[in-house]
Amino acid sequence: MTAIRVDDLSKSYGHFSALASVNLTVEPGERRAVIGPNGAGKSTLFNIIAGQRLPTSGDIYVYGTKTTGLRPDAMWTHGLSRTFQRNQLFKNLTVWENVELACAARYRGWAGFAARRSNVSALERDIVDVLEQVKLAHISSAQVTNLAYGAQRQLEVALALAGKPKILLLDEPTAGMSPAETEAMLSMLSRLPRDITMLIVEHDMDVVFSIADAITVLNLGEVLADGSRDEIRANEDVGAVYMGRQRREA
Amino acid sequence: MLEFLTVQSLNGLVYSMVLFLLALGLSLTFGLLRVVNLAHGAFFLMGAYFGTTVWGLTHSFWAAVVIAPLGAALMGGLLEKLWLQRFYVRDELDQVILTFGFALVFSDLMKVLWGKDIRGFPTPSAFSGAVEIANISFPSYRLLLILVGVALFVITWLAIERTRIGALIRASVADRVMVSGLGFDIRLLFTIVFAFGTGIAGLAGVLGAPIMGIYPGLDFEVLITTLIVVVVGGLGSIAGAFWASLLIGMAETFGKALVPEVASFIIFALMAGVLLIRAWGRDEEEVE
Amino acid sequence: MTAEVITPRRAGSYPIRIGIPFAVVMLLLAIGPLVGLPKFLQSLVVEILTFSLLALSLNVLLGYTGLVSLGHAAFFGVGGYALGIIASRFTPDIAITLPAAIAATVLLAIPVGWLSIRLSGFYFLMITFAFAQMVFVAAFRWKRLTGGSDGLIIPAPTLFGVPVLQGSQQFYFFTLAVFAICCVAMFAVVHSQFGRTLVGIRENTARMRAIGYNVRRYKLAAFLIGAAFSGVAGVLNALFNLFIAPESAHWTQSALVLVMVLIGGAGFFVGPIVGTAIVIALQYWLSSYTEYWGLVLGLLFIVLISGAREGVTGLLVQIYRRSHRATP
Repeated sequence: MTAIRVDDLSKSYGHFSALASVNLTVEPGERRAVIGPNGAGKSTLFNIIAGQRLPTSGDIYVYGTKTTGLRPDAMWTHGLSRTFQRNQLFKNLTVWENVELACAARYRGWAGFAARRSNVSALERDIVDVLEQVKLAHISSAQVTNLAYGAQRQLEVALALAGKPKILLLDEPTAGMSPAETEAMLSMLSRLPRDITMLIVEHDMDVVFSIADAITVLNLGEVLADGSRDEIRANEDVGAVYMGRQRREA
Repeated sequence: MLEFLTVQSLNGLVYSMVLFLLALGLSLTFGLLRVVNLAHGAFFLMGAYFGTTVWGLTHSFWAAVVIAPLGAALMGGLLEKLWLQRFYVRDELDQVILTFGFALVFSDLMKVLWGKDIRGFPTPSAFSGAVEIANISFPSYRLLLILVGVALFVITWLAIERTRIGALIRASVADRVMVSGLGFDIRLLFTIVFAFGTGIAGLAGVLGAPIMGIYPGLDFEVLITTLIVVVVGGLGSIAGAFWASLLIGMAETFGKALVPEVASFIIFALMAGVLLIRAWGRDEEEVE
Repeated sequence: MTAEVITPRRAGSYPIRIGIPFAVVMLLLAIGPLVGLPKFLQSLVVEILTFSLLALSLNVLLGYTGLVSLGHAAFFGVGGYALGIIASRFTPDIAITLPAAIAATVLLAIPVGWLSIRLSGFYFLMITFAFAQMVFVAAFRWKRLTGGSDGLIIPAPTLFGVPVLQGSQQFYFFTLAVFAICCVAMFAVVHSQFGRTLVGIRENTARMRAIGYNVRRYKLAAFLIGAAFSGVAGVLNALFNLFIAPESAHWTQSALVLVMVLIGGAGFFVGPIVGTAIVIALQYWLSSYTEYWGLVLGLLFIVLISGAREGVTGLLVQIYRRSHRATP
């Protein structure tokens, strides 16, 4: 069964059409990138899948269940976690407390209350696991405002991982990072378990080609191309719209 | 019955226009500065009291109408320049408390300066008569108020849409960084708009004084109604403020005449309803 | 690797840092009347405790969840009125009036909260204000039920038919006990996982949604908890005065509670208590200048925002820390 199916999705703001009949499927375990020039509709698509925005028409299915119009916390219960393009962290709390809030979400409610009473150590183990996955364990007691940007970016991913998602949505994970920080982020992402499905919105083509197996190219709110990494690399349309310009800029 | 409707409608219109003058300043200030100025009612009362003082000295209504709003604008400009300007970076709660603090201070200072009695001054002799409308004689001064309200709506609307400073204001509502990039001193623009808003509130006070009677506590009464108008009309929208003034002004006038027991209940329920309708089914908070 | 992880100090240190001073203060207050605390100071303490409870209940919303309500006194008033109406129409037995009054408060808070939490920031402030004013108008105009502007005289309470809380001393101990219980309960709430979730919502609502929290449900829970304890304070206030008037639900009362919390410091659990004590003591000392009470409050506001954003408690904590750093 497909992990995410986007079915004929459209979004317009007044007369401006941000997305027009977009179709997209992500298979379980796949690492798919959505790329495209500025204003192509990547962020809009991403935010609609995450439940942050409502589509004008069309539907989203997660593992066959229709999730259109559900809010982010409801999407989370369907096994979907996201990161933000601009960090959304609890700045006045420590790294540990940030991850604790995210991990504790799985131990909540009345049933969780009892479980938590007896399972504080299980919660702590979860927190430690996540911190080690993103290599932040050594600075777990630091307050977030005092962290370097790269570390904050990794914490951003940590908060998404803490929900033990089946599907991870990454919104420009390396945005604003130095080459060294980007390198660290990529090696961290590539070491995540293969069974986590990933959907990545990304600007940086090197990042895309190093982690994605499949790529969807958006342009002006429509799907321009869709295929494996190598197919997209060879696609001339894509080159014309996107990569050609990218290369010239570089 | 028809007479009742006409009289109440005209009175409602007069009240609506006083409300609009108040809402105009508050809404404009919010749209540009993102500050909900809870001292706005104090500037209304200040304008009215300045008016009584000027009238007492000169016995000229027209002198009062010119000088009182200028006084309120000056006080507003000073407040913005000397104090508020440093707090734009703070969150909205801080500004709400700060301006509320000034509202309380101004309120008591006015009590000290002008006493606790109801004050007022007569309408100008040129407008002391009445006009026949549909077999009803209606005071011409009240008609003047309606005209002033509509005229100010049209003028401000045109000024915002058609002039250079209007364009600047619209641009800085949309994007402050860009405007300061144009080399225009945005802080000066803020002070001007704030002073304009408080000046208009002062104008509402001095124009309203002959028909309302002014007394301590009136500042908070008009503040609450103005806040309701501005919230119903949408913070920052001039046209919204105009139509909301009409809605609330009419609802309150007719409510007080027909169901005095629950009139204010209706107004608050109306505001709650409008807020909820606007919030319902909205996209979640927009973050990227 | 695991050993390197430094876990933050757990809640275990709270009972010592806050529990012991709290117990000491409660004990001192409890023996006060026995060693001759004057009557007027006793009633001042009762007033401070009652309004501290109200301020603490508001701080669950303001300080922990980040929701600024300008209608909190509505529940204070409704608690008092519910008690008064039940006592004067059915029975003054506090075994019935107390739970019924608090239940009535929560019952009103359910629809009000459910609607209000859909808005945030200034709009939340305005809608709570609107609902509270609707309560005020109802109390003011529904004369048959509430006595209108004359207020409602409440018959003296009984317990299982026996008159109780008659002397001011009895009431003093009753208030102290209720305050202590509510204080501990609220402290437990805000220092639980639930309380940490509220803080998370205050810090970053969008992120809390993204990591799976149903934010509205938590906000509603915080709203109901705040309203319930506000109702308890209203009940205490009504029993103390054996009288209730519409002013107790007026927006100026809501604003005054907001002042108490902010002056004390919304970021600290004890902040609202400190703020209430300061405001009530000021009110007492300046009672001959009540006309210009607004001027005092206004100046306090301006000083607070301009110089001491964290309130008096924040200032004290800063001074304490500085003196500790100076003497290593």
